[in-house]
Amino acid sequence: MEFIYYFGDVFTPVNFALLLAGTIGGLILGATPGLSPTMAVALLIPFTFHLEATQGLILLGAAYTSTVAGGAVSAILLKIPGAPANIATTLDGHAMAKKGEGAKALQLSFLASAVGGIFGVLLLIFLTPLLAKWALAFGPSHLFWLAILGVTIIGSLDSASVVKGLLSGCIGLWLATIGFDDIMGAQRFIFHPSLGGGINIIAALIGLFAIPQVLTMFAKGRQGDGVEVIKVQKHSIRDAIRELFSRKRALAIGTAVGSIIGLIPGVGGQIAGLVAYDQTKKFSPEREKFGKGHPEGVIAAEAANNAMVGPSLVPLLTLSIPGSPTAAVLLGGLLIHGIFPGTDLFDNHPDVAWTFINSMLIGQVLMCIFGLYVAGLAAKVAMVPQSVMAAVVLGLSVFGAYSVQSSMGDVYVMASLGVMMYFLERFGFSAAPLVLGLILGPIAEANFIQGSMIANATDGMASYFVGGTLNILLIGVVVASIIYSVVMELRHHRITNTPQERTLV
Amino acid sequence: MSRTQHIIPSGIVFAVGCWIAWVSYTQQPSEAFLFPRLISTAFVALAGWTFVKALLGWSKIGSGITRTMAINLFPGLVVSLIYIFWAAKTLGFYTATAIGFFILLTLYDPAPHDQIKSWTKRAIITACFVAVMYGVFALLLKVYTPREILF
Repeated sequence: MEFIYYFGDVFTPVNFALLLAGTIGGLILGATPGLSPTMAVALLIPFTFHLEATQGLILLGAAYTSTVAGGAVSAILLKIPGAPANIATTLDGHAMAKKGEGAKALQLSFLASAVGGIFGVLLLIFLTPLLAKWALAFGPSHLFWLAILGVTIIGSLDSASVVKGLLSGCIGLWLATIGFDDIMGAQRFIFHPSLGGGINIIAALIGLFAIPQVLTMFAKGRQGDGVEVIKVQKHSIRDAIRELFSRKRALAIGTAVGSIIGLIPGVGGQIAGLVAYDQTKKFSPEREKFGKGHPEGVIAAEAANNAMVGPSLVPLLTLSIPGSPTAAVLLGGLLIHGIFPGTDLFDNHPDVAWTFINSMLIGQVLMCIFGLYVAGLAAKVAMVPQSVMAAVVLGLSVFGAYSVQSSMGDVYVMASLGVMMYFLERFGFSAAPLVLGLILGPIAEANFIQGSMIANATDGMASYFVGGTLNILLIGVVVASIIYSVVMELRHHRITNTPQERTLV
Repeated sequence: MSRTQHIIPSGIVFAVGCWIAWVSYTQQPSEAFLFPRLISTAFVALAGWTFVKALLGWSKIGSGITRTMAINLFPGLVVSLIYIFWAAKTLGFYTATAIGFFILLTLYDPAPHDQIKSWTKRAIITACFVAVMYGVFALLLKVYTPREILF
């Protein structure tokens, strides 16, 4: 119950102002098609660099929570999901809006998001300390395998092709080795002076997530948006609350599915929303109404994609394995303040950890309250032409990357990685495992070197890195995740004989 | 998507992988390259497999780049690269941003180019964006950017 002790810290003027700003800004950004939660959080990281660790994390956490929920606005009113996590919401949400029930759909989506989100954060509060204590038993070999697990699990589950996903992870791990070696001080892969200090994580995150989106918008050309916002009529909030709790099954399924999926590293909100929608439809006696504007479709999808947010941080805050691509970006936000997840976070920085987690709980309530009022404005922002959005994101990326260390080198790294990622994505590579490789690379290398020193002084490399129950268990999970993804990919190819498209970022 | 479109990127990735492996296994001190050797081995194996698949025409993942996409992308990419790699440092961040932003808006804005109204709108949006950037980065965050050429 340590979290209660730090509850008041959320309400200091600066922390609460940042929580409000992150929530309202996140709702608006989330409603903007093309601005995914991952990209929004990546663009916000440079701002947090100028804040204290707690304040920065509050801002990022609020943005993460509310961008996922805000994506429902454009999904319902424009039939364009603001983020991949809101794909399932469009199915019934837009149909409700077309029937004149837009306000009701928005209210249900924010209320369901808040219920799912609060449950998810409570899971985070109660599971994290338990797992963090367990993580104390981890030695260098286990931490090495955990870092590799983080890369392989996202590489295999988050990519259309397992091999390309794993290869993306390898590219990230290699990028992490650029610069001076920590132990011997040797130069590694420094082919430009600006790479002497290694690749700056923030610049890389911005480049890998924002620039491909900018280039995608450019590639669409001079398009008129041609979308029409459906106007919403007034609807009583009390009736919406009554309706939400009269459809307990959809709410429970959405919350449960989202929480479970969030705990599995590498699986994102898009999957959570779609699985919850599918399961709710299966168990509903009114299954024929789904897809035609059934409130249960909106409730299940939105409860799931927000319930996923809290649990996706459990493996991140305890074992350094992000549960989703956005959580991977949050890990970058932690590392720039010199804070490492796991025991370091909860033993040495409990104020940072618990204030951040508590802020996410309060953030869910704020998101629900403001979501209902900001929806109209967010829908208007969602109408901003792609040309303006692309230029704005490009400008923000340049300023954001530069502001971290006042270095043009970081801007060049950001742009180079971004352009490279755009072309790699077009050929089936994925940004999420690459980012994971980049972030977890130094952790993997430090523990590999430390482990190999211990191994050389004791039983040898093979017995140290491959022996022991925990090592075997971790290697087993690495292998199982790869085999599972290969089997699923082969099965999918056999059924459809068409390229598989899965994008969770 | 054609086989060539798969072969070129997978070939480049494979070549990069081979270069990393060569550097990792030939550079000294060997202790500093222990981890890169481990990664580069996996890198070359995976990149080699991807390249062979592309050569055999088995690669199916990815949507590639169509001619229309390339034509649409090209001017924006060129303007962005000039803005980032040359103009930002030479002209100053705010001057370069204003020029780059306005050119990109003009290139991709669906509004007609023969109306004063749409040009005015683009100029106003550009001015507002640069003002916000100046307010946030120069005044609020005190980020010192390269000296401006105009002021």
